[in-house]
Amino acid sequence: MKAAVSSRTAELRAIIRAHKRWDFIFGVIGLLAMMVGILTLAALFTEMAIEGIPRLTGDFFTNFPSRRAGEAGILTAWVGSLLVMLVTAMVAVPVGIAGAIYLEEYARKNWFTDIIEININNLAGVPSIVYGLLALGLFVYTFGLGQSILSAGLTLALLILPIVIVTTREALRSIPQQIREAAYACGASQWQVVSHHLVPYGLPGILTGVIIGLSRAIGETAPIITIGALTFIAFLPPLPGTGEPAAGMFDWLFSPFTVMPIQIFNWTSRPDPAFHQNAAAASFVLVFMTLGMNALAIWLRYRLRKNIKW
Amino acid sequence: MSMSTTTTEVAVQPPASSAALKLAEFARLKARRRRRERAIEMALLLAACVSVFTTAGIVYILVKESVMFFSTVPLWDFLTDTQWTPLFSDAHFGIIVLLSGTVSSSLVALSIAIPLGTIIAIYLSEFAGHKTREVMKPTLELLSGVPTIIYGYFALLFVTPLIQKIYPELPGFNILSAGIVMGIMIIPYVSSLSEDAMRAVPMSLREGSYAMGATRFQTATRVVVPAALSGIAAAYILGISRAVGETMILAVAAGMQPNLTLNPMEPAATITAYIVQVALGDLPHGSIGYQTIFAAGLMLMLLTLLFNLLGYWLRRRYREVY
Repeated sequence: MKAAVSSRTAELRAIIRAHKRWDFIFGVIGLLAMMVGILTLAALFTEMAIEGIPRLTGDFFTNFPSRRAGEAGILTAWVGSLLVMLVTAMVAVPVGIAGAIYLEEYARKNWFTDIIEININNLAGVPSIVYGLLALGLFVYTFGLGQSILSAGLTLALLILPIVIVTTREALRSIPQQIREAAYACGASQWQVVSHHLVPYGLPGILTGVIIGLSRAIGETAPIITIGALTFIAFLPPLPGTGEPAAGMFDWLFSPFTVMPIQIFNWTSRPDPAFHQNAAAASFVLVFMTLGMNALAIWLRYRLRKNIKW
Repeated sequence: MSMSTTTTEVAVQPPASSAALKLAEFARLKARRRRRERAIEMALLLAACVSVFTTAGIVYILVKESVMFFSTVPLWDFLTDTQWTPLFSDAHFGIIVLLSGTVSSSLVALSIAIPLGTIIAIYLSEFAGHKTREVMKPTLELLSGVPTIIYGYFALLFVTPLIQKIYPELPGFNILSAGIVMGIMIIPYVSSLSEDAMRAVPMSLREGSYAMGATRFQTATRVVVPAALSGIAAAYILGISRAVGETMILAVAAGMQPNLTLNPMEPAATITAYIVQVALGDLPHGSIGYQTIFAAGLMLMLLTLLFNLLGYWLRRRYREVY
């Protein structure tokens, strides 16, 4: 009798152990799967660092591109990236925030609002190169803006608009309803509620969205190639008031340009390995920019959120 | 409304009191404020409509150029021809050639991203502690934050030489390494969304499962995953539409040679890589070569739209309501 019970117990224990073993095995598999991701990141950074860091001298940042790999630099690329981002931010930030405010605070629940919402969700899933085709057909040829900083900035602004709108809406939604009610009770108009209360309180979230959107835009290559941006540019966009004849205030908007990702693409697609080193160095700078922006977003969110207590 | 009538009634009485004047003043201010509010609302609405204009613009441009393209090239040839040589004198426009590149690269990418992404999602949601999750999730999301051109560099100059050490016949440009790198890039899209779906499964289901004596693994695979299936499917669909639309990794590492094959060991151009290739050259506006990229773009747009709709439908159809 006793022996039968103990053998039964032993059997059960064996079953339980077998089942628990699967827990352990899956835990290991899960860790391995994450390791694949982490190791890829590590390999990517190491590869760029080993290849690229020797090229990262001061000259690399202040030299124009060149046919000789050793003398080539990223001056036009980083200046171009900076100016394009400026245009993108000037367009995407106000339009995105305004659109989000409308959808979150003003919009009535009707078919038109539904259409806008579906559109935004859909646009977030459109491949970036399709935005490039839009820009090529519309900005470059229909509006005649040419292959300019303005075209590129507008294209990237449209590209990141869904990101800015979605994060701004989330930020506005997280503000408690009492804030709005209190402001209305004091006689504030809807716009006063929005501009005096909701936007300032939602600022951490909004800023995070803007920065994440810009960090996506700065690494975007395909739409800018599609509008036909040249890859060899050995001059800077005109500074207002300089040159002969003096450049106007907004001439730089219509200047040809190159940006960091395009410079990297250009160098990567050359057969000469010396250019691959340049590509690695420029990639290193670009990754530093995007990840730096992401880190800034996280830090900002953390810093500004500490000051707000509901 | 009532206020304005009172003010006019008061105003006709000869000795206009200062109270009446004030009321009139208030009414005017109020009307002005209402006008301003209306104007602001209109401006905000306009901003919200930019997304609609963008979609309309994309459809307009793609359809307009494609219509011109299809007036030269019959749709039937476009869909059935097995050669893609739009820039040769003997021009052929068989989109199936580019589609084969897109399909094979996406298959390679998804065969990496879907298993790994799902395992990571289950691990983070059901097995990992709070600390691990808080650290690992943002770290993995870095994978999708790295610019794709850098992945292209990585695939061409790191992964391909690495695979060539094991398998020396692999050509310098190939679908395989581009697909692998693309798959790793897509992992966070799959894992983040799937994990969110799994975490949204109510605790009571897990508790019920544990109370029946199930282990973690059994709970995860037989209770949580089936309950979160619609969200997981949506994550897969997003992964697929990312893979189909990915451009730079393929343009850099898979070569731009149109090649009707599903063999990932060969170089092949995808729809996206073809658009890049044409954009790099100097095709005159309005030529047939210029129009092909819009026809290719329309194809791409329809593909991703199809997947988006499928994802939307899946979410609605299989959503578990708690």
